[in-house]
Amino acid sequence: MKKLLIANRGEIAVRIARTAREMGIETLLVTSEPDAASLAAGAADNFIVIGPAPAAASYLNQDAIIAAAVDNRCDAIHPGYGFLSENAIFARKVIEAGLTWVGPDAGAIEMMGNKSMARESARKAGVPVLRGSDGPLDPEADALEAARGIGYPLMVKASAGGGGRGIRFVHNEDELLETIEMARGEAASVFGDPTVYLERFVQHARHVEVQVLGDGTNFIHLGDRDCSMQRRSQKVIEEAPAPDLPDAVRRTIRESSVELARECGYSGAGTVEFLYDPAGQEAAFIEMNTRIQVEHPVTEEITGVDLIREQLLIASTGSMSIRQDDVRFSGHAIECRINAEDPDHNFFPSPGLIQSIEWPSGEGIRVDTGVEAGSLVSPYYDSLLAKLIVHTPDRNSAIAAMLAALDATHIDGVKTTIPVHKTLLARPEFTAVKHHSKFIETVDNLMEAP
Amino acid sequence: MADIVSPLPGVFYRKPGPGKPPFANEGDSIEIGQTVGIIEIMKQFTEIQSDVAGTLESFKVNEGDMVNPGDTIIVIREG
Repeated sequence: MKKLLIANRGEIAVRIARTAREMGIETLLVTSEPDAASLAAGAADNFIVIGPAPAAASYLNQDAIIAAAVDNRCDAIHPGYGFLSENAIFARKVIEAGLTWVGPDAGAIEMMGNKSMARESARKAGVPVLRGSDGPLDPEADALEAARGIGYPLMVKASAGGGGRGIRFVHNEDELLETIEMARGEAASVFGDPTVYLERFVQHARHVEVQVLGDGTNFIHLGDRDCSMQRRSQKVIEEAPAPDLPDAVRRTIRESSVELARECGYSGAGTVEFLYDPAGQEAAFIEMNTRIQVEHPVTEEITGVDLIREQLLIASTGSMSIRQDDVRFSGHAIECRINAEDPDHNFFPSPGLIQSIEWPSGEGIRVDTGVEAGSLVSPYYDSLLAKLIVHTPDRNSAIAAMLAALDATHIDGVKTTIPVHKTLLARPEFTAVKHHSKFIETVDNLMEAP
Repeated sequence: MADIVSPLPGVFYRKPGPGKPPFANEGDSIEIGQTVGIIEIMKQFTEIQSDVAGTLESFKVNEGDMVNPGDTIIVIREG
């Protein structure tokens, strides 16, 4: 791999360019018109504008991206996260154009993208799954009978959904049939596929996940993360390792995630997501993401492994540079996502010109940013500005270090979620690991609460 | 005539999604509280509702165009 096209924007584009440079790989970034002035455009060796601001015309414009790669003699495409990163059709087109796709093969993306197929392959690989309909709910089958074996409350989920979308709750038997009808109709119109499946609902679940790497021959894990602090199914704070997890559960999720990667001959970086029920001390499969995750830095910090480097090595040479025995864990890392949103006005997006930024610095502090002073935060894309990451010997010191790092961070020009992080990190529920993925929604007046 | 103005910055859409019919067309009769468009900002969607009843006279913004707070989006002929 001599020249890599980066098909993304913001902090992850900057992040990919950094490792590529360290590896001696030249980078070309494709950007939308307003992003020609972005930090990422300056971070890559070269950039090329491929379309106007709307993502559909630029970052999702498959043919323009592939044409840019071919015309500029790139030999590989890194899709980052979001946008085209889990688009099997695009992955195939990239390969058909004679380019290297930095990610798993299209078949693996497709299988994990179909949530009922993914659940079925997870179950076969020995990954714990929630009681459910074991595959799609047959429209001809007796749904009431299937639901009795699962118990209430339960969820009706769209097979083609994911990322928290396409889910409906059923509290009791009376609601079941009507909800399934509605869910099928909605799934057909939103995802183009009416298939749904049933799954048990766990109250107060935490979100834990396992980072895996595979090169088609070897399959390893790089430990676990906890991303329970979420708002409307979007992660807010992430940490590694997952705190307060029984050894047996930790071993089960790590080992079975590796088995799942082996089962699909996985090649690249992936994340197997679980919900964890602290009451029953049980973990269960949610989905597998077939790309680099936003929160990958917390894993990098506690393992010392550069995940982007491993992705590029797997894509270019067919093998990763490490084996399971090489992976050592040290200390605790926390990441806060700094979004351009106004916490005092229900997290309303806050685009605009960043007048000044001060980032914290010092041992154990890492900042992955997509913006700098003078950057224009566009209304066209999501609100993630940067990620603040700390790495210290243990969880309590990491929380203290993050609070100090947030105090030392100053962003003028747009509203940010920095005050939310300060509030959340100081909550007794967070320090005692009593929070769960619906915690933020259950707290009234979060910003005023003690 | 009454103007419906954008309360926020973002991208204006007349349709709830690609391939869907528009919320309203020119000449349609509009009720108070009826959704006439949406504004997307950083992947969050806000419905724009009419605060008057009448007939939709014209759109002042094209599908997919940027709007700023206070910009007139739609003109309604009252009554």
